[in-house]
Amino acid sequence: MRSRAGRFAIVGLLILLPLLLQQIDDYILHIAIIIGIYAILSLSLNVIVGYAGQFALGHAAFYGIGAYTAALIMLHGSASFWLALAAAAAVTGLFGLLLGSPVIRLRGDYLGIVTLGFGEIVRLIFVNWVDVTRGPMGLPGIPAPSLFGHAFTEKIEFYYLILALVLLTYFIINRIVHSGIGLNLLTIREDETLAQSVGIRPNPYKLLAFSLGACFAGVAGAYWAAYISYVSPDSFRYLDSVNILAMVILGGTASLPGSILGAILLVLAPEILRYMNDYRMMLLGLAIILMMIFKPSGFWGEKHRKYNFYGLAQKGGRK
Amino acid sequence: MTENRVLLEINDLCVKYGAIPAVKQVNLRLYQGEIVALIGTNGSGKTTVLRTISGIVRASQGNIRFEGSEITKLEPHRIVQRGISHVPEGRGVFADLTVLENLKMGAYIRKDKAAIRQDIEQMFSLFPRLAERKNQLAGTMSGGEQQMLAIARALMARPKLLLLDEPSMGLAPLIVKEIFRAIRSVNREGVSVLLVEQNTKMALAAANRGYVMETGSIVVQGDAEELKNNAVVKTVYLGMH
Repeated sequence: MRSRAGRFAIVGLLILLPLLLQQIDDYILHIAIIIGIYAILSLSLNVIVGYAGQFALGHAAFYGIGAYTAALIMLHGSASFWLALAAAAAVTGLFGLLLGSPVIRLRGDYLGIVTLGFGEIVRLIFVNWVDVTRGPMGLPGIPAPSLFGHAFTEKIEFYYLILALVLLTYFIINRIVHSGIGLNLLTIREDETLAQSVGIRPNPYKLLAFSLGACFAGVAGAYWAAYISYVSPDSFRYLDSVNILAMVILGGTASLPGSILGAILLVLAPEILRYMNDYRMMLLGLAIILMMIFKPSGFWGEKHRKYNFYGLAQKGGRK
Repeated sequence: MTENRVLLEINDLCVKYGAIPAVKQVNLRLYQGEIVALIGTNGSGKTTVLRTISGIVRASQGNIRFEGSEITKLEPHRIVQRGISHVPEGRGVFADLTVLENLKMGAYIRKDKAAIRQDIEQMFSLFPRLAERKNQLAGTMSGGEQQMLAIARALMARPKLLLLDEPSMGLAPLIVKEIFRAIRSVNREGVSVLLVEQNTKMALAAANRGYVMETGSIVVQGDAEELKNNAVVKTVYLGMH
């Protein structure tokens, strides 16, 4: 990911990849799409966990809020997917802000417990607010996105859509975390008291991280709703939050390529190990434990992060 | 030294942690250009005084005035903006950021980019070791280097007053000397210093005046020379009989 040419090569490969995958099986294309969704989720959670250092355990809730918002808008408001996408991002970002305001005063474990509770509350609302969400029956018949009058039906079209969304998410989050804001977030994660004593106010930054992370989880949710054309509370359980967190940690906190790598590994592994039936989750668990013992900073840990945010790196001066 | 203007004034300061008083009725004055040493044993409340000045801990009573205006109830970032930089106890650096990033963060409240770059160079001439390690993660440096970085980081805010909390803690004597040399040189350039130390000898050698704290109160105060010869200070803190 160093050079411009390298980046173009990767994007080019990702654009051509489905043409090959399509030849083999649509199912593989589906896996690639799921990887894309989880890549957005883990990238967005990485802002909260990796950069701001806030141990949040309720990311699936934001994902779910995004999915339900988009679904409801498209079903009842008969709005286009694109409008629903933007609305889902905005609404979820707002929820991030709302949840963030009370919980940023908490640290560590306590924050984990409260966000866990939030995740469960949101899921229970999906289950019990039957008038709006139809409860456990879910919301079927969500229309597919369309572009210039052409409705998306093929898997390959959805693949390109999620690819575009992942790239957009990566680009925006990358720009933010490699700006002064990202550096400020890192200092808050490192030592909040020390951050205060250089004049940083931690709370606005933590809130920003929460709503930014939530916002992109909402994007993933909206895409999910349109892709599967059905949302139900089952997709946004506590286990999903844990899974996303595992992707962030496995890939390496505060590393954006790491988040994508984590998503790829944790989506692919259960599929590849599928022939092992009941043993596969056990094996996966074992792999994660070994990984944390031998490579605690993740596969693509922070050693890979650009070590200077300000272009001051090599010669001590900006070019 | 210009001993005319009071820079920092602490009046009847009391601080409590829960119900337990940590600082009781402390009065302290620091004049422009001075180095003032605040010495005392573990748990005597020195660190709490510093933390209260920089707004991280709240006073339960009394007030703190800086350049004549009250700062007791200001938030920490406002106090930094007024010109007080705090080097916390232990290693006051961001361990997972590089030396350069740490320095950059020190200048968080400033917007003058060109001057910030100049100041970084100046920090490198004050502490040449930091220049050698500018792209190294701060947490991987030695204790002495981290302490130098912590001081340099605090200076990057161009403070009028530098609060130093035990800069010599856990460091080799040679490094301690280097750090005190730097403190004096910073002071010569016009930065006033409030120095909390357990290394009484070094502190009193560098300071103009000193205060001795015991269980939350100031028990002795005076010129550094005077304190060195004070009977209590001699036996309790300098280990002379």
